[in-house]
Amino acid sequence: MHIALPLIAAIFALSTGRAAEPGMVTIPAGTYRPLFRMEKDAKEVPVPSFQLDAQPVTNGDFLSFVRENPKWRRSQVKRIFADEHYLVHWSGDLDLGSARPEQPVTNVSWFAAKAFASSRGQRLPTNAEWEFAAGAGFTIADGAKDPEFSHAIARWYGTPAPDVLPDAGHGRPNFFGVRDLHGLVWEWTSDFNSALVTGDARGDTGLERQLFCGAGSLGASNRADYSAFMRFGFRSSLRAGYTVPNLGFRCAKDP
Amino acid sequence: MTSSHLPSLLLAIVLGLTANLPVHPADTPVVTTAALAGPAAKGFDLDIVGEEVAVLTHAPNVPPPIQRQHATKVVVNVEVREVVKRLADGVDYLFWTFGGEVPGVFIRVREGDLVEFHLGNHPSSKMPHNIDLHAVTGPGGGATSSFTAPGHQSQFSFKALNPGLYVYHCATAPVGMHVGNGMYGMILVEPKEGLPPVDKEFYVMQGDFYTKGKFGEEGLQPFDMEKAVDEKPSYVVFNGAVGSLVGDKALQAKVGDRVRIFIGNGGPNLTSSFHVIGEIFDHVHQEGGTKVTQENVQTTVIPPGGAAIVDFKLDVPGTFILVDHALFRAFNKGALGMLKVEGPENLLAYSGKEVDATYLGDYALPGSAESRVASLELEMKKVIAGEPKIAAMGKEILVEKGKRIFAQICFACHQAEGQGIPAVFPPLAKSDFLMADKERAIRGVVKGLTGEVVVNGQKYNGVMPPVMLSDEQIAHVLTFVRNSWGNEGDIVTEAEVKKIRAETVSQ
Repeated sequence: MHIALPLIAAIFALSTGRAAEPGMVTIPAGTYRPLFRMEKDAKEVPVPSFQLDAQPVTNGDFLSFVRENPKWRRSQVKRIFADEHYLVHWSGDLDLGSARPEQPVTNVSWFAAKAFASSRGQRLPTNAEWEFAAGAGFTIADGAKDPEFSHAIARWYGTPAPDVLPDAGHGRPNFFGVRDLHGLVWEWTSDFNSALVTGDARGDTGLERQLFCGAGSLGASNRADYSAFMRFGFRSSLRAGYTVPNLGFRCAKDP
Repeated sequence: MTSSHLPSLLLAIVLGLTANLPVHPADTPVVTTAALAGPAAKGFDLDIVGEEVAVLTHAPNVPPPIQRQHATKVVVNVEVREVVKRLADGVDYLFWTFGGEVPGVFIRVREGDLVEFHLGNHPSSKMPHNIDLHAVTGPGGGATSSFTAPGHQSQFSFKALNPGLYVYHCATAPVGMHVGNGMYGMILVEPKEGLPPVDKEFYVMQGDFYTKGKFGEEGLQPFDMEKAVDEKPSYVVFNGAVGSLVGDKALQAKVGDRVRIFIGNGGPNLTSSFHVIGEIFDHVHQEGGTKVTQENVQTTVIPPGGAAIVDFKLDVPGTFILVDHALFRAFNKGALGMLKVEGPENLLAYSGKEVDATYLGDYALPGSAESRVASLELEMKKVIAGEPKIAAMGKEILVEKGKRIFAQICFACHQAEGQGIPAVFPPLAKSDFLMADKERAIRGVVKGLTGEVVVNGQKYNGVMPPVMLSDEQIAHVLTFVRNSWGNEGDIVTEAEVKKIRAETVSQ
């Protein structure tokens, strides 16, 4: 899928003694503290070791996929699996037009992303996996303790979306050797809607959720991590058939 | 949580279950997004007659008053855009907006109207957004029904049950940040009977902004969460930017106009002490309610997420300054606007400066003002007399003073160089008539001069009215003309003028 194997990923794979798939990085086992959780949920979620794409899936990658899987071409896809803006930035079913193959693919639905991953014997990362991997700073595993890293994330939220998306794989690699988890595009996760953020953020800590979940929420675990709020807010606005101009994905795999 | 979230909940549960199962290439999910109830589900409202698209305006403009005498269906189309705009000179900011500007578009509907709200989130947006209109009776004020991903749109309807002026804002997490980035505006639900007519209506909203850089630090400034949590804004502004209501962009009105301001506060944090310098609000609908709750108000409090309606009549012209009377916000953080009023002066209402004088307070010496002036003049004369250089300059000073008086009064007839106008106004330059008889010259100014005179061989037969100047001023101006344009004469003293005036009175 990816041509360049990040050096750091190779080193990491060697150091763990387990070879990651080409283009993928092995993320060691760890724990993730969910931003939102049910009363009965654990404060910390163990995340077993897994493999994660070192960079987001690109237009070029996705073009190969639709070439092999005609039913996921723009003109063929069932509306129920992708809305009318599916791959709208391409010129045709198999024509990228002005989109570059190196740019991250966007305007893809959750269904399409999941099908892409399946076609490779992979899957989408879970929220817990994605957040755990994305929580790593540039130089240390705990990004919250890396001010430079926190600022870099915040900067993305404070700058307008570029007219032309940058290419994938040029972001600074994080501690695990993964690039572009922040600052390029949003990414689908397999259970993107499990955070149960309602449309109205202010009600999310209240009683209403008990009606459905049988348990009150303790609300956010870390109110200061506003970029996490934004990611959960973003994911909650989605439906699986939605496509969005700055929403892409990357794949994961069990070790 | 409303029933519309049930499908997504189910979806999430199914997704959660499938997430860790082995996946096969052929495994295409069958989960779908369930259909929403749709607009037809709400049934029919028999009170509603007709349909129209709402006129929306950007601040400081307000849509025209509603003339309809019945409720109707009003379609409101608002587009959310994330745009870089000027926050202050040299300072840009990524604003999140309802309609492309801060504050968001002004919406005006009538009590009882059925509002069909369409919220579009522009495809270039990074964030999902929604809208909570305080005018809505329903969960989240519409927020639960309007959560919209970039490149998508939502629709919901509400009946405008309660008249009043209401703030609307985004309620997406983190809510304070969405509001702090400019996501607020106002909706007026006009009471059935309407508001009393006025000459001008304006839309003004205050907001606080939290930038990484200090006030005025140039460049594209990112949002600063820490400052926002600490409630320490770098900017407090009206209508989304420093200077959005000054200079050419000032609010404009005329003397005699009755002006209404729909004033709101987006916050997210600070309460405004709204004040217009030099005006008094004749009527205030406190907190944006339907009643005039107070009259003759200097400063009215606008809480974040709140509003007020104020009106006042403009009696005098000038520039009136809108401020948050928490004054460091006005003069150091931008909360300052202008209302420019043109028209005739009303000196009975406001005189302008009438007296500009030295004030000595308790530094003043005993005695009346006149005796103080007299003693000072005496002292001055003594100093001048004791100083030969100054004394010698006496005539020059008098000539200079007289020149100013001439330039204000006499030149109109006798012309700038004293040349007069042949056969109409006699010349003063090289004038034999002027120089031949000093007392006659003084008499001419004090009393006026009528009838035939011969000046430099030319006959004149006109009327010169008495000149309304003090004796001292007459002395000065005569000293000037008798020592200018080739005339050479002595000083005309105040005493000489006094003597002639006395003789005039006795005649």
